[in-house]
Amino acid sequence: MLTRADVEKVALLARLRLSESELETLTGQLAQIVGYVDQLAEVNTDGVEPMAHAVEVTNVFAEDSVEPSLPREAALANAPRHNGRGYLVPAVLGE
Amino acid sequence: MSLADLTAAELLDLLDRGETTSVEVTRAFLDRIEAQEQSIGAFLRVEADRALVQAAGVDAKRRGKQRVGLLAGLPVAVKDVLCDRDTLTTCASRMLENFRPPYDATVVAKLKAADAVLIGRTNMDEFAMGGSTENSAFQVSRNPWDTSRTPGGSSGGSAAAVAASMTPLAIGTDTGGSIRQPAGLCGVVGMKPTYGRVSRFGLVAFASSLDQVGPFAHTTKDAALLLEAVAGYDARDSTSINRPTPRYSQSIDEPLKGLKVGVVPEHFAAGLDPEVEVAVRQAIDVYKSLGAEIREINLPHSKYGVAAYYVIAPSEASSNLARYDGVHFGYRTEQTEMLAELASERKELLDAGDTKAADDMDTALVRMYRRTRAEGFGPEVKRRIMLGAYALSAGYYDAYYLKALKVRRLIRRDFDEAFAQVDVIAGPVTASPAFKLGEMVDDPLAMYLVDLYTVPANLAGIPGLSLPCGQTQSGLPIGLQLQAPPLEEDRLLRAARMFEQATNWNKMRPPKT
Amino acid sequence: MSEPYTTVIGLEVHVQLLTESKLFCRCSTKFGAEPNTQTCPVCIGMPGTLPVMNRKAYGLALKTAVALNCNIPEFTKWDRKQYYYPDLPKGYQISQYDLPMSADGYLEISDPKGRFEPKRVGIIRAHLEEDAGKSVHDEAAGKADSEIDLNRTGTPLLEIVSQPDMRSSTEAKAFLQELKLLLTYIGVSDCNMQEGSLRVDGNVNLHLDHNSQRIATPIVEIKNMNSFRAVERALDYEAARQYREWQETGRNLGDAPKQTRGWDDVAGVTRGQRSKEESSDYRYFPDPDLAPVTTTATEVQAVRASLGELPAELRLRLTEAFELSDYDADVLVNQGRPLVDYYLEVAEHSGDPKAACNWVTQDVLRVLGDEGATIESFPIAAKQLGDLITTIREGNLPNTRAREAFNLMRQSRLDVATAIAQLGIQKVDESELIALVNELLAANPKTVADIRAGKLQAAGALIGQAKKRNANVDPNRVRELSIELAQQGEG
Ligand SMILES: [Mg+2]
Ligand SMILES: [Zn+2]
Repeated sequence: MLTRADVEKVALLARLRLSESELETLTGQLAQIVGYVDQLAEVNTDGVEPMAHAVEVTNVFAEDSVEPSLPREAALANAPRHNGRGYLVPAVLGE
Repeated sequence: MSLADLTAAELLDLLDRGETTSVEVTRAFLDRIEAQEQSIGAFLRVEADRALVQAAGVDAKRRGKQRVGLLAGLPVAVKDVLCDRDTLTTCASRMLENFRPPYDATVVAKLKAADAVLIGRTNMDEFAMGGSTENSAFQVSRNPWDTSRTPGGSSGGSAAAVAASMTPLAIGTDTGGSIRQPAGLCGVVGMKPTYGRVSRFGLVAFASSLDQVGPFAHTTKDAALLLEAVAGYDARDSTSINRPTPRYSQSIDEPLKGLKVGVVPEHFAAGLDPEVEVAVRQAIDVYKSLGAEIREINLPHSKYGVAAYYVIAPSEASSNLARYDGVHFGYRTEQTEMLAELASERKELLDAGDTKAADDMDTALVRMYRRTRAEGFGPEVKRRIMLGAYALSAGYYDAYYLKALKVRRLIRRDFDEAFAQVDVIAGPVTASPAFKLGEMVDDPLAMYLVDLYTVPANLAGIPGLSLPCGQTQSGLPIGLQLQAPPLEEDRLLRAARMFEQATNWNKMRPPKT
Repeated sequence: MSEPYTTVIGLEVHVQLLTESKLFCRCSTKFGAEPNTQTCPVCIGMPGTLPVMNRKAYGLALKTAVALNCNIPEFTKWDRKQYYYPDLPKGYQISQYDLPMSADGYLEISDPKGRFEPKRVGIIRAHLEEDAGKSVHDEAAGKADSEIDLNRTGTPLLEIVSQPDMRSSTEAKAFLQELKLLLTYIGVSDCNMQEGSLRVDGNVNLHLDHNSQRIATPIVEIKNMNSFRAVERALDYEAARQYREWQETGRNLGDAPKQTRGWDDVAGVTRGQRSKEESSDYRYFPDPDLAPVTTTATEVQAVRASLGELPAELRLRLTEAFELSDYDADVLVNQGRPLVDYYLEVAEHSGDPKAACNWVTQDVLRVLGDEGATIESFPIAAKQLGDLITTIREGNLPNTRAREAFNLMRQSRLDVATAIAQLGIQKVDESELIALVNELLAANPKTVADIRAGKLQAAGALIGQAKKRNANVDPNRVRELSIELAQQGEG
């Protein structure tokens, strides 16, 4: 059974900050959805290969040749915070 | 009668014969938008200026007897989830409210190369997650047949725009039914091609192994034309299928001989609205009357489709949406305020003597991520991210994600076996006609179950099409879903065209509001 | 001194593969560009962009795996390793999880100095993945923000994970040197540690006997070792630290979670790094945007055939066919393929592998070492050095003047004949030499008397005089003749 502690743990994994009421609501909703999903357990899947892709193509490659990169202004244009050289984030120190 | 009441094929005919111009056509649709949009809310942005410039450009090409593209001068509305370097791409999310991609999605590039007039960007559920377009961060879209009802979703804006004749053609995306379901609820044609038939490059990912781009139109003939323009192999998409694109628009009017139509008994089980059932059964009778053989087939694992889908899609989504972290593009929380908040919370803990809790607090960076994502995403997106992160997390992977992938293969196998016996499968698109806005917002599971008939095609990667096949007593459209084997879009379109030619449902239009 | 414990070491090496463009986009991989000038929508992870795998990167990874004696499975796929970090723009790294492209290989190491017995170090797996970018934080300047550069993001890396088969820092260093040598021989990486093309993490713990029970200490992962020397020092430091800690706490493997410590090269210590429990939940799953790759046994065979001679094979050839010592073979091979090729040409051209080895390992390497140069720019071509050796062997160049000739050849880029001519070296005719020695004997009766009295070393006094008269005389021959002629005159 999915608990509120599970939801809090997953919220950190997913980097979401949830309010008390969101945690409350989500615990109930996710438990209900997971409860529905649990019916997968009744399907016999012995010896069935997982299907991760809808089309099963293999060996798709591009050749190793350099093409122009974005001008730096264009690369940084959508960044919420930058100094014209790089993206800026709150200090990362040994995290 | 306005030019906006014509189909794409009719308009193209007039344009090619020089009886009208693209500017006139574009103006007619812009006028219709002017009149209708306020009550429908299909567009996030109408790009009138750019559209008229493009239209004038195509007119000049035609006058100059230059070669023109497949969609020369025809307005096309694009769901706001496909990148266009000339405008914003928001995915109806605060997260990307100001995002300007420095590249075109392959589909957008193909539309431009086909001389389409890109009339505007349509509303959607945020990041294509939802079935009612109510999850847009910016506006609600309404069903042109009854504005108290949903147009469906997530491509609700595109479906409503075509239904209300604000554009003859529109592009949508379908991950679990997001083209077919709104097409069904709005009484237009909508098609999800085979996975890999249309490039996903520049399509902002929701669930990468399920997402597919497809057309909306009033007729299957128009849908065939739009699909032909955007389909094709793309070296920039590793999952794109390297096969030539058939000329769908050329073969569309050839009926299929000896057509075998599969019908699935489970599709008519409890929960199916009686009016929908009657309309769909009548549609199957139409095929019988056209000489098709009707065969009962079984898809025993399709009933697990929704369960498998709501593991796989959120899992992929939780990963695809990890990039929205406020660093490289998109929304970021107010940093100064965030740091102040963090400092004051820390002080509070320390004052209370709880040094352990103070040590365990998120770092500034983690807090920045969490606030950014909490503020930038709406509730449904957060719900799916949580669901996906849970299904992939340590200890649950085998029971949920891996199990769902195995069930997915069984669903695909069922289709393979069915298509060994029949050419197409016919059935309902949704269990009921358009529901009321707000009706299901507090019940996510009920909302997810709306996808019952549409998700198996996404899981299996096969093409599916929705076309109008009836109307309820209260005047709401009813859709018929046809499905075909992989890469058989041509068969699917021609089979749908046979029905369309034998009936008049594609000619019904909602009342003008 | 032998420690009361055995150090158990496994290494995890990330190697940057030598491609022109990145693993999933076509941005350049060139090192040292201005920040954020080698990025595109794909490697920035912008919405809607998709990865397409670089064929060359896969080929280089496969080549390495084969050279490391790995099994190559028929089917491999790429997975997303998910964690949040600002230098990882997609929020996940495309890597390989449960079905890596290679597994179960080994690398043989040995030490000509005999500090450890030759051994096979197991390779658990080698897999292909993308690199992250860099975050720079200027602490000194007191900046509140870190700056992110994504130029490196998406560069192809091969992650090579060894078994915990090494038992000392010496073995670990030997493993890294041999690995680097192998990778440079087959041309898959330049292994430049300064530029980050080779990065090493270590897993260390101790095995010790306590109350006649085998005990293991908790495993520690060491990061931030930026040179082979640092690896050696960090491992030694860490082993001693773990022993001290064990003596204090008595904590064994399983009593504490795996810890990560960073090496501080200046302070010469490892320090604990903050790690959150959740960070290890990477939620791997197959990347839906990438196609799996299949490799046939025939393809693997072709790769194996294309590898050329690997360092271990080359050492064997040098000791067996060329009769060099293990030590000399090691010195040559460890210098890299270009120097070995140079040596092989000198040996072939001179027909004297041993003399060639002496010249190359002593004179050539000394010069290269002094000048910090590489063999590619060495001014004496292999053929010319071969000529020098032949000239000496044929007696046309006295050994004593050979180095002069070598230096002139190098400095003035001359062939051996010209160098000899410029130095005025000529072979002295035997009759001329006899005449010269007779003259000297006549002028030095005291020396003659000493020789006849059995004080043969007195002949040495004549050598200097002879060289003054003719610089080309062979001192040994002067000595021999002086004794012979002085004694003859006795009769
Ligand atoms: Mg790695
Ligand atoms: Zn790039």
